[in-house]
Amino acid sequence: MRFGVVVFPGTWSDCDFHYVISEVLHQPVKYVWHRERQLDDLDCVILPGGFSYGDYLRAGAVAGRSPVVEALRDFVAKGGVVLGSCNGFQILCEAGLLPGALMRNECLQYRCQSTHLVVESVETPFTRGLRPGQVLAMPISHGEGKYHADAETLAGLKARNQIVFRYAEADGRVTKAANPNGSLENIAGVANPEGTVLGLMPHPERAAEAAMGGADGLLLFHSLLGSLVEDGSFLKR
Amino acid sequence: MKGAEPKVTLDLARDSGLTADEYDRILARLGREPTFSELGLFSALWSEHCAYKHSRVFLSRLPTAGPRVLQGPGENAGALDIGDGWAVVFKIESHNHPSFIEPFQGAATGVGGILRDVFTMGARPIAILDSLRFGALDDPRTRHLVNGVVSGISWYGNCFGCPTVGGEIAFAPEYAGNPLVNVMCVGLVRADRLFRARAEGPGNPVFYVGNKTGRDGIHGATMASATFDGHAEERRPTVQVGDPFTEKLLLEACLEAMATGAVVGIQDMGAAGLACCTSEMPARCGTGMDVELSRVPQRETGMTPYEILLSESQERMLLVAARGREDEVRRVFAKWELDAVEIGRVTPGGDLVARLDGEVVARVPVEALTEAPKYTKPVAEPSELAGRRAFDPLTLPEPPDHGTALLRIVGSPTIASKEWAFRQYDHQVGINTLVLPGSDAAVLRVKGTRKALAVKTDGNGRHVFLDPRQGAAMAVAEAARNVSCSGGLPIGVTDCMNFGSPERPEILWQFAEAIEGIAAACRALDMPVVGGNVSFYNETNGQAILPTPVIGVVGLLEDASRRATQWFKAAGHRVALLGPDAVSLGGSEYLWTLHRRLAGRLAPLDLEAERRVQSAVRAAVAAGLATAAHDCSEGGVAVALAEACLTGRAPVGCEAALPAAARPDLTLFGEGPSRVVVSVEPARGREFEALMAESAIQWRWIGLTGGERLVLRVGARVVVDLALEQLESAWRNGFERHMA
Repeated sequence: MRFGVVVFPGTWSDCDFHYVISEVLHQPVKYVWHRERQLDDLDCVILPGGFSYGDYLRAGAVAGRSPVVEALRDFVAKGGVVLGSCNGFQILCEAGLLPGALMRNECLQYRCQSTHLVVESVETPFTRGLRPGQVLAMPISHGEGKYHADAETLAGLKARNQIVFRYAEADGRVTKAANPNGSLENIAGVANPEGTVLGLMPHPERAAEAAMGGADGLLLFHSLLGSLVEDGSFLKR
Repeated sequence: MKGAEPKVTLDLARDSGLTADEYDRILARLGREPTFSELGLFSALWSEHCAYKHSRVFLSRLPTAGPRVLQGPGENAGALDIGDGWAVVFKIESHNHPSFIEPFQGAATGVGGILRDVFTMGARPIAILDSLRFGALDDPRTRHLVNGVVSGISWYGNCFGCPTVGGEIAFAPEYAGNPLVNVMCVGLVRADRLFRARAEGPGNPVFYVGNKTGRDGIHGATMASATFDGHAEERRPTVQVGDPFTEKLLLEACLEAMATGAVVGIQDMGAAGLACCTSEMPARCGTGMDVELSRVPQRETGMTPYEILLSESQERMLLVAARGREDEVRRVFAKWELDAVEIGRVTPGGDLVARLDGEVVARVPVEALTEAPKYTKPVAEPSELAGRRAFDPLTLPEPPDHGTALLRIVGSPTIASKEWAFRQYDHQVGINTLVLPGSDAAVLRVKGTRKALAVKTDGNGRHVFLDPRQGAAMAVAEAARNVSCSGGLPIGVTDCMNFGSPERPEILWQFAEAIEGIAAACRALDMPVVGGNVSFYNETNGQAILPTPVIGVVGLLEDASRRATQWFKAAGHRVALLGPDAVSLGGSEYLWTLHRRLAGRLAPLDLEAERRVQSAVRAAVAAGLATAAHDCSEGGVAVALAEACLTGRAPVGCEAALPAAARPDLTLFGEGPSRVVVSVEPARGREFEALMAESAIQWRWIGLTGGERLVLRVGARVVVDLALEQLESAWRNGFERHMA
């Protein structure tokens, strides 16, 4: 499977994703510069964490209108899969590739901590190998991760099973105490209706090796790799 | 010469921070009156901050050589060989004065400055540590400073993308008018790819790269070389404004440009900006520089040559490229959308020539600028010190309840959990951090090797105040001990010397003594000092801070998997106390927290014993015998045990019997060097005993882990019996409740 890791000016999780994909998963991977419009040689595009273009406007606002993100629309339409983590999730929301918005953390401070995520939807290539209710440990690191959507959008997300992860206790209970940033209904990650675009605030690449304190983040990649069928396309729902 | 600039007089020179003597020297060196711009150059480069006028004679006492040293003091940062073709580059620097005036930007640009020092060497920064000191937390002004400093560090470090993995935050009233913000940065580079701040090769082009120049930070170096009066806030325009995004671009662009092979030398425009780079870089290799100031990218109009030379705008570098390879440099910086403008050439003459629109505004031999006068000013022990030291803490009454005393100490802002600050810092970006903040030292892996680095900063102002020589040696020993407890062999030191005004003999005495202490400890522990920073004039209205050398130590783990953390892992492990019994309540956290006193003598430091204890701990960690290892420092063995119980993922209780001293409070809370608590699985107790016997150190088993209480006996008497829940609540809330 061919991975591309997008690099915006100000991206900093690019090297981490690259390392995990090449050194831990042993998959082919390359960096994709933010001006790139040609993504045809890729199966999965990663939008990593960081402060794209400095994020001095809203997080992800400038990157959401960049050439590479414009090219993503076509890439997704042709069946490519996209994973946006942290700033990548913010960018996908700003670009309208995912519904909702990410706002300043309720505590008004940056938060770097471990969190637990309960899996809500297994109907994405990234979660197909998991079971509903499964709990994953993954760290967060952001200042603007409070997920918000209006009532209509939220109802739509639920109706189409687009809520993929919620912040939870270690035993999977979804509580206020387990919500690190004030996200609506503890939402930590959502997908597009097709399941091929996933955005989440936590960092799977930081939980991809036992030495780093856990490898639950790898499960997303294992699911993805296991979702490939023989012709190279993905199992659709 | 430019006619529009003010005429230079002695009064003007004095206003710029130069003395009458220094001005005479300049006249003699130039053989004429300096121009206004030239005066600016001298005032900045001869400031204490840039020139180390009062400290240089003492700093030469520090050991700086060793088989691993690839770069010692005098460059942007020091570098040590760690094998496998890699070098670790590191340095600590202060940003105290700016952080008091404007805490958010002051601290943020402190982070920015030290990051640049590391990546100008060609290294990618992998870790930041912050050593912070503030006044008493019940003062609302302190809370404002803490909040500003922590947010500034968080903003800059997180946006740039370098993890903040450690450091300490301590409180004492002496820092109220002069908080300390010391930032250490650690980076990695291939050992044969180190870059230096040298302007080699006459004819080579000089590039200005990075952010544009504005009027911010003019006189920053001079401001940092004076004490504060009651109007420090009025100096706000001398504080720089940071832009971490541009810094991130500058990092990537510099490393990419260096990889082309077209870069000859590079220096960060930090204190004294362009003035500093255009004189220091040629001075290091006997060349000169001829620069055209109108070509400097500017973000304000109408800037004078003086302002362009002295601006301390952030995120800028001066780069010397190989002649004929200019386009390679331009191409890389254009990719990252940064300015890279050729502003001049390296020249053979040894002069710095600065022009505006072709007209010469300054022509000075670079040596005259970089060879500032060295002073050997008088030193004198403070007269009141002997009296303070003579105080015997055991003349104070014993606390009615030792458990209550322990709760108070564990809940004191200096000892209590600093999670409130650390959760605002990204500590994992780069996926190298094997041991996160909250243990003795942070541990970071070196990808592509089996190795890891352990990093730590330490410095106890109270100890140094009471006994500068031994207190400073203890700071070195403690930082190294923390690294050893994590499994790392301490290999090098960077020091940040924070003191009051060196023009006062008693302050300079503290400084001189502290340097002797650091030198002795570094020699005994076999660690060269490869870089550092002196911050004098940390006083407001004549009230100096506690003398505070902050020591940063880097350690090497040959096998990253052989590391230890400070917390107990499970019930039923045996607990050992390594090191000498000698402790003292003099200068202790106990004496301050319970009695608000700063007095007494320190327990003796035996550097040979220290060396052996550290070596024994490392051996135990390397053999996989230590399930936890934790240094005993502030608050004594009682606090060390409480921390070992509380700081893990799940609390683990402990029952221990401690050797009786003159009084139980001395046993529990007495502080002394060279002491470490270690836990060992019972099945491996014999093996551990054999290893300790071989190490020829003093040690004893003191107890067992398990249960939900911390129970401490002295002799047969139970002196502390506390539920972990109660301890944890005191420890978790002691700092955070002030900040809520």
